[in-house]
Amino acid sequence: MEDALQLLIAKYNYWIYITLMMIGLYGVIAKNNLVKKIVGMSIFQTAIILFFVSMGMKKGATIPIVVHEEASHGVIRAVDYINPLPHVLMLTAIVVAVSTLGVALALAVRVYKKYGTLEEDEILEQIRKS
Amino acid sequence: MTEHLPALIVVVPLLSAFLVFALGWVKRELCFPVGLCGLGVVAWACVGLLVQVLESGPVTYKLGGWEAPWGIVYVVDTLNGMVLAAVSLSAFIQWVWSAPSLLRQFPDRLGALYGLQMLFVTGLLGITVTGDAFNLYVLLEIASITAYALIAMGEERAALSSLNYVFMGTVGACFYLLGVGYLYIMTGTLNMADLARLLTGLHGSRAIQVAFLITMVGLWLKMAFFPLHGWLPNAYTHAPAALSGLIAPLMTKVMVYVMIRIDLHVFGPSYSFEKLGLDRAVVWLAVLAVVMSSVLALAQRDLKRMLTYVILMEVGYMVGGFWLGNRSGMTGAVLHLLNDVFMTLCAFLAVGNLLYRLQGCSFPELRGAFSKMPFTMGGLVATALSIVGVPPTCGFFSKWYLLLGALEAEHYGFLAALIFSSLVSMVLFFRVFEWAFFSSQHENAEKGHTGSSLQEAPAQMVVPLLLVAAGLIALGLFSGEIVSRIVEPAIPMAVS
Amino acid sequence: MTDVNSMLPLLAVAASLGVVPMLLSARSPDVREGWTLAAGLAKLALVLGMLPRVLGGEKLCFQVAEVFPGAAIAFRVDGMGILFGLVSSSLWILTSLYSIGYMRGLGEHSQTRYYCYFALALSSTLGVAFSANLLTLYLFYELLSFATYPLVTHHQDPEARSAGRRYLLYIVGGSVGLVLPAMLLCYEKAHTLEFSPGGILGASGLSGAQLFVLLLMFLFGFAKAAIMPLHGWLPAAMVAPTPVSALLHAVAVVKVGVFSILRVLTGVFGLDLLGSSGLDSLVLSLAAVTMVAASLGALCQDGLKRMLAYSTVGQLSYIVLGGALLSPEGLQGALAHLATHALGKISLFFCAGAIYVATGKQRISQLNGIGRRMPLTMGAFLVASLSIMGVPPLAGFLSKWYLALGCVATDQMLPLGVLLLSSLLNAAYLMPVVYRAFFLPVPDGEPTERLPEASSLCTWSLLVTAMGCVLLFFFPGTLMELSSLAIRNVWGG
Repeated sequence: MEDALQLLIAKYNYWIYITLMMIGLYGVIAKNNLVKKIVGMSIFQTAIILFFVSMGMKKGATIPIVVHEEASHGVIRAVDYINPLPHVLMLTAIVVAVSTLGVALALAVRVYKKYGTLEEDEILEQIRKS
Repeated sequence: MTEHLPALIVVVPLLSAFLVFALGWVKRELCFPVGLCGLGVVAWACVGLLVQVLESGPVTYKLGGWEAPWGIVYVVDTLNGMVLAAVSLSAFIQWVWSAPSLLRQFPDRLGALYGLQMLFVTGLLGITVTGDAFNLYVLLEIASITAYALIAMGEERAALSSLNYVFMGTVGACFYLLGVGYLYIMTGTLNMADLARLLTGLHGSRAIQVAFLITMVGLWLKMAFFPLHGWLPNAYTHAPAALSGLIAPLMTKVMVYVMIRIDLHVFGPSYSFEKLGLDRAVVWLAVLAVVMSSVLALAQRDLKRMLTYVILMEVGYMVGGFWLGNRSGMTGAVLHLLNDVFMTLCAFLAVGNLLYRLQGCSFPELRGAFSKMPFTMGGLVATALSIVGVPPTCGFFSKWYLLLGALEAEHYGFLAALIFSSLVSMVLFFRVFEWAFFSSQHENAEKGHTGSSLQEAPAQMVVPLLLVAAGLIALGLFSGEIVSRIVEPAIPMAVS
Repeated sequence: MTDVNSMLPLLAVAASLGVVPMLLSARSPDVREGWTLAAGLAKLALVLGMLPRVLGGEKLCFQVAEVFPGAAIAFRVDGMGILFGLVSSSLWILTSLYSIGYMRGLGEHSQTRYYCYFALALSSTLGVAFSANLLTLYLFYELLSFATYPLVTHHQDPEARSAGRRYLLYIVGGSVGLVLPAMLLCYEKAHTLEFSPGGILGASGLSGAQLFVLLLMFLFGFAKAAIMPLHGWLPAAMVAPTPVSALLHAVAVVKVGVFSILRVLTGVFGLDLLGSSGLDSLVLSLAAVTMVAASLGALCQDGLKRMLAYSTVGQLSYIVLGGALLSPEGLQGALAHLATHALGKISLFFCAGAIYVATGKQRISQLNGIGRRMPLTMGAFLVASLSIMGVPPLAGFLSKWYLALGCVATDQMLPLGVLLLSSLLNAAYLMPVVYRAFFLPVPDGEPTERLPEASSLCTWSLLVTAMGCVLLFFFPGTLMELSSLAIRNVWGG
């Protein structure tokens, strides 16, 4: 029990991302409304972005801007700085997520114009009839 | 110039994508020739690169001059040299071929369409050439997002099908990204070669196991490996005919390439096949994929839709052959990757030609197609023979290696599935040919010569098709050469 | 026996392929048919050109591409191959002449397509004849299956459709479903697919049961040989125009099947292995059953072409039987039968076609008195029937004689008995036709005056083949030389 609690607390960032991811996945798979699916997809992507961001983070560390004076008379201690790379990667991933979202919404608009609804079962019903 | 070839492969199509897009507003007629030049340069660069690799070994290119683990590197060996050449050549052929139908179907949106197509190719080439796991993700998404947009250009259900593809595609890509995240936590690097080096010491780690599984699931989703295939048939069926000629042959195959690359050159064969003990299970999954997609294909009444299930079947071939884990099976998978690009290309070019002239390609609508469009149907026959696996078309030779691999691994389930699917594909295609050959109007066909009822697609569409069809045979005849010079060196020595 | 590199085999195979563009672009039927004949002559000339060199002990080889280690797409012309090549290419010319008469006489549609696929089929047949290994043989075997599909379904009606289905199901189903895995197994065990005199499976370490299954896969996989129970496609394929039935279903396609089986028996398994593992009796019994059952089947047919088809099924098994006797005489008989049956059966089909063109009759029961109305045609029919039955002085006697000798030499009385029984049955189904034609009166209401025979082209070609049956008996020199050459290959003597 103790261990489990330890695991839960020490790695809370992972638990958060996993929970978010599952919520997102649930939305994508189980929801009937297309926009809700899109929201689920966005949550899913965001969860992974959060996962990357949290993995570069260190407690008590600062942004990695190395000031020259400090560098000149001492050793740079990596522990003092957060890892910037995952954050930079996530800039790209955010751009990707936004564009995916854009495409998805645009498609949703087209679907709505065509069928007059965003409920998947109703759309399929219409397709079956035609 | 030649040392910058790897960069050209991505930079040229990227720039021409924007150029073509801009020209769409300014001077629409220029889109086609400019793009053609762009793709011509790319194809030249890819083939040049392959030749260079064959002559003097793998090429590494540091983007922006940054050294390996920090910067992004492009690495070209025979494996992706081959894929690059196949992708760029088929994109070039498709560009020429698709022009008439695009002009007819989307006269007012040419710039955007051409731009998207070019971006799609950029993404695929980038995925293939890159040696960096995260860079791969970004390029994967470039290719996917453009594919979503292209598919949505179709009529009727296209938007809905595309939206479904967006969901599944995004989930797949995110899984891949998650896997990369785990790898990064454990190793602190994203460079594939570096990863491979560091991972040898981490074979026991639970996190690496999770990373491996998540990555594979993500890739299987993207390549539509059987239980995860739901998005593909609709998306490819409803895409405009001219564009499915681009997306259908390339997307899944490049994803198979990524799987091969990650398994062989990041995790390494000993980890992928022995450590986890999943290999037989995956092959059984492939058996299921092959059998189920054959059966589902039998249920279709529309040529284009049927072909999408054939794609699923071929994905099953490649995944199964690869996961047999022995040299013959992998040779078969890699060779089939190459062959299948052109087989599927040929099939979809033929379908595009049919759709250019006919109302649709459900079976009854194909009636009399042999007399109306003999060349197109000839191309389709070549494809069919190749998919069934009749020598000397290329499909036979890759199937041979796959079968041999199954026999050596004593995986008789896969062996039987391959034979079964060959027989089923014969039934599939000859059913189509029956519809097209036995027409009710043949009585009034004139005696002796045929000719008056000819309604062939324009030459610009027929010639590329026939070229690809001839290519299927050429690939078959040269398969010995291809295997010994390209495929063999691509498989690590550790695989026996 | 030396291997000599030569382009000739490739040229001979490609000769009829190269003519396809000419056929497609020909402006008039005359030009088109001229090209067909030119291709036929060129092909025959190429085969004849190889003949003296092969007889001189050379084997002409040509490798197109090495596709797998130890297995290439390659040709090697030896005695057995050139014998078959000679038969099919010379009969092609006659069939082309006959086709011209037949197709024009009936005003068939899509004749260009017809000639193209005929050319393609002939290329594949020669490819099988000249192939140096199992892979090449399989390649051309498959091509032949697909090339003949449009010929079988030429009429494009529902009947043709169902016949075409059955044709593909049996033939391609057999080759993909059985031969391909069998070939793969051979390759995995022997690491080569080359036909070699002693076979390649001798040292493969396959157990008796495995060999048994493998052999069955080959025997049934090569469904073109129509070994029962996989013979059903052949009577169905009789919906094709008669020249197709004549050349393909009496000569090219079915002989490709038995030729493939002979190659597998002699070149892949090797006769020693067959003998030592007792598999010869398996082949013998399958062949014997087919011979008798098919002859009985032929007795029940009323359609003339269907009867001939059943007769073909039976006669093909003679050849298989000859191969499985494991004696030089038996193999010589088998190879001779390949040629003599071809001549006899093609004449019979030509006659059936000529009757159809002249009178539109297809059933045996309608043929009363036809001999007096078409004496030339029915005369040829008589000669050819006698040859099939094996009556001297006709060619069919030669091959049956050698087959019987083979049985005697190896002391196998059962096959000998079956051989004789089957010959009796041959007479029982062929002679009634002749009897009806010559001795029964013309039915009431039909004119009795002499009919103009079918067009002169048809009549001449069937007379030539019937004459061939006679001449081959008196001048069997080349045939016998070639078959003994083939035997020396197999026995290494």
